[in-house]
Amino acid sequence: MADARTAKTSNARIWLAGGWLLVALLATIFAPLLAPQDPLAQDLLYERLPPFWMQGAEPGFWLGTDSLGRDLLSRIIYGGRVAFLVAFAAAAAACIVGSALGLAAGYFGGWTDRVVSRIVDIWMAFPPVLFAILLVAVLGTGLSSVIIAIAVIDWTRFCRVVRAEAMGQARMDYVESARIAGFGRFDIMLKEVLPNVLPAIVALLSLEMGIAVIVEAILSFVNLSISTDDPTWGGIIAEGRLSIHQAWWVLVFPLVTLFLTVLSFSQFGEGLKARFDPVLR
Amino acid sequence: MILQRFLTRLLTMAVTLFGVAVVVFVVIRIAPGDPIAMMLPPGASQADIDRLRALYGLDKSIVEQFFIWLAGVLHGDFGTSISLRQDVLGLVMNRLPATLELSIVALLIAVAVGGVLAVIGARERGTAVEAGIDVANGAALSIPDFLWGLAFILVFGVLWPVFEISGRVSPRLELPFVTQFYLFESIFRLRFDLTKDLLSHMFMPALALALPLAAIIAQLLKQSLKELLSLDYVVLARVKGFSETQVILREALKNAALPTLTLVGVQFTFLIGGTVIVERLFSYEGLGNMAIDAVINRDLPLIQGIVLVFALLFVLINLAVDMLYAVLNPRLRHG
Repeated sequence: MADARTAKTSNARIWLAGGWLLVALLATIFAPLLAPQDPLAQDLLYERLPPFWMQGAEPGFWLGTDSLGRDLLSRIIYGGRVAFLVAFAAAAAACIVGSALGLAAGYFGGWTDRVVSRIVDIWMAFPPVLFAILLVAVLGTGLSSVIIAIAVIDWTRFCRVVRAEAMGQARMDYVESARIAGFGRFDIMLKEVLPNVLPAIVALLSLEMGIAVIVEAILSFVNLSISTDDPTWGGIIAEGRLSIHQAWWVLVFPLVTLFLTVLSFSQFGEGLKARFDPVLR
Repeated sequence: MILQRFLTRLLTMAVTLFGVAVVVFVVIRIAPGDPIAMMLPPGASQADIDRLRALYGLDKSIVEQFFIWLAGVLHGDFGTSISLRQDVLGLVMNRLPATLELSIVALLIAVAVGGVLAVIGARERGTAVEAGIDVANGAALSIPDFLWGLAFILVFGVLWPVFEISGRVSPRLELPFVTQFYLFESIFRLRFDLTKDLLSHMFMPALALALPLAAIIAQLLKQSLKELLSLDYVVLARVKGFSETQVILREALKNAALPTLTLVGVQFTFLIGGTVIVERLFSYEGLGNMAIDAVINRDLPLIQGIVLVFALLFVLINLAVDMLYAVLNPRLRHG
C-alpha cells in the first residue's frame, strides 16, 4: 500500500518536474522563434512597462519591461540559454571528475582512498560561493570560466556519494567471484561496480544541474558571470533587486522561473532515485 | 580514548588548514591582472611599480611568498589589505562578529522550527499533518538560501514591509557598543530598542539561511523519533499514562537528538558558507559581503585572510561537534 503510494508520487514528480524542464529547455532552444522582442533592444519610451494584465501595459510586452525598456519575457527566455548550458556542461564535468575519483577511492581503498579523502576534506573547508566567485575572478568572466568554476567546486559531491557506494559494492560477493574468475581490477571496477553505482550518479546529476543553475545565477547576480550584455537570470534578478519599489515584476518573473527550474531539477533527481532504489521499489 | 580522538582530529585539522592555505595561495597567484597596477594612477613609472611590489612582497617567488605569508599568519599577521590599506586581521575581526551573530540566529531558528516540526510530525505520524510536513520539508530543502532571501525581500520587504531589507542596523541610531557583537551586547546592556532594530534587520537573512537546515533537522529528527517510539521503554512510558507529547519530549527526544547532532554540525558549516551571498543580498555588513568586495577589487591579502578564517571556522565547528558527540555518546564514553 505504502509502496504503491511511493511509486505513484515518484512517478508524478518525474512527470511534473520533467515536463517543466522540457518546456523550459525547448523555449530556450527555440528562443529566436518564441521571444516576442529582441532581448537587447532598449527603448526609453517603453521603460518599466507593467505586465499585460495591469493598467499601462503595451501589447507585445507580456511580462512588462525593465528600466531600460527591454522586454522581460524575451530576456528570461534568452537567459535560460546560459542557465541550461551551464547546468549541462558544469554538472557533466563535475560528475565525470568526481565519479572517477570516488570510484577509484571506494574500490581500491588504501592510499588512493586516503589521498582522495584528504583532498575532499580540504575542499569542504572552503565556503563554496566564495570559492566560485574567487575562481571566476581569477579565470576571468565568461561562459567557460563559470562552467570550470562550478565543476572545480562541486566534484566533491559526486566523489563522496560514489565513494561510499563503491565501497559497499566492493565488498559484495559478485566482485569476489569476478576476481576469482580472473578479471582484472580495472575491468571489475568499470564493468561490474560502475553499473551498480550508476543510479546514484544519475540522480545526483539532476540535483547538480539545479545547483549549477543557482550558482550561475549567483555569479551573474554579483556581475561575475558572462558578459553583462547577454541576459542571464541572475543579472535580471540583480536589476530587479535595485528597482524593486518601482517595478516588482522585474524581480518576480525571473525569480519564479528560477524557483520552478531548481525545484524541478531536484524533484526529478529525487523521483529517479526513488525509482532506481531497489529497497524502495 | 576521547583525548586520543581529540589529538588525531587536531592533526587532520592542521593538515586541512594547510591544504586550504596552499590552494587559495596558488589559485590567487595564477590570476591575471596586476593588483599593484590597479592601485597606481595610469602613467606611474616602472620604479614606482617596483617599489610598491617590493612593499607588498610581490617581487619574490611564489614559494618564498607563501612561506613568508604563512610565517606571518602563524604570528597573527595576515598582511595588509591592498584596497583598504589596513591590517587584514583587524578588518576580518571587525566583520566576523556580524557574520557569527547572523549564523547563530539562523541556527537557533533552524533548530527551533525543525525541532517543533519533528515533534509534531512524529506525534501525528501517518496522518495528513505528517504528509504536509514532508511536502514543506521537500520544498524547503530543494530551494537554496539565495532564492529564499529574494522571495523574503519581495514578500516581507515590499509587499508587506514589516522587516528591514538592507543593512545591519538603522544608520540614524547612536550605538553605545564597545564590541562588534551588536546583538549580544544590546541584550546585555538591556537596550532592547536596539535589539529590536538589529533583529528586524537580521531576521530575513537569518530565516533564508535557516530554512534548508530546518528542513533537514525536521526530517532526520522525525525519522529517529518514529523509530524510537516503537521501542519497549517508550511503550512502557505510554502504559504508565504519559500523553504522547510527554512521551516524545521526556523519553524519546533525548535519544533521538544524537544522530541529528552530527548532521547539524556539517550542515551548520554549509549555512555559514551561505552567508557570503545572503549578506550581499541584504547589504548586511559581514565578512561575506566584504569577501565579495575583496574579490572584485583583487585584494589578494584580504581574500586569503577571509578564506582562511572561514576554513578555520568550519574545521573548528566539525571538531566541536565531533567532541560533543564523543562525550554524549555512552558507547564512546565508556569504550
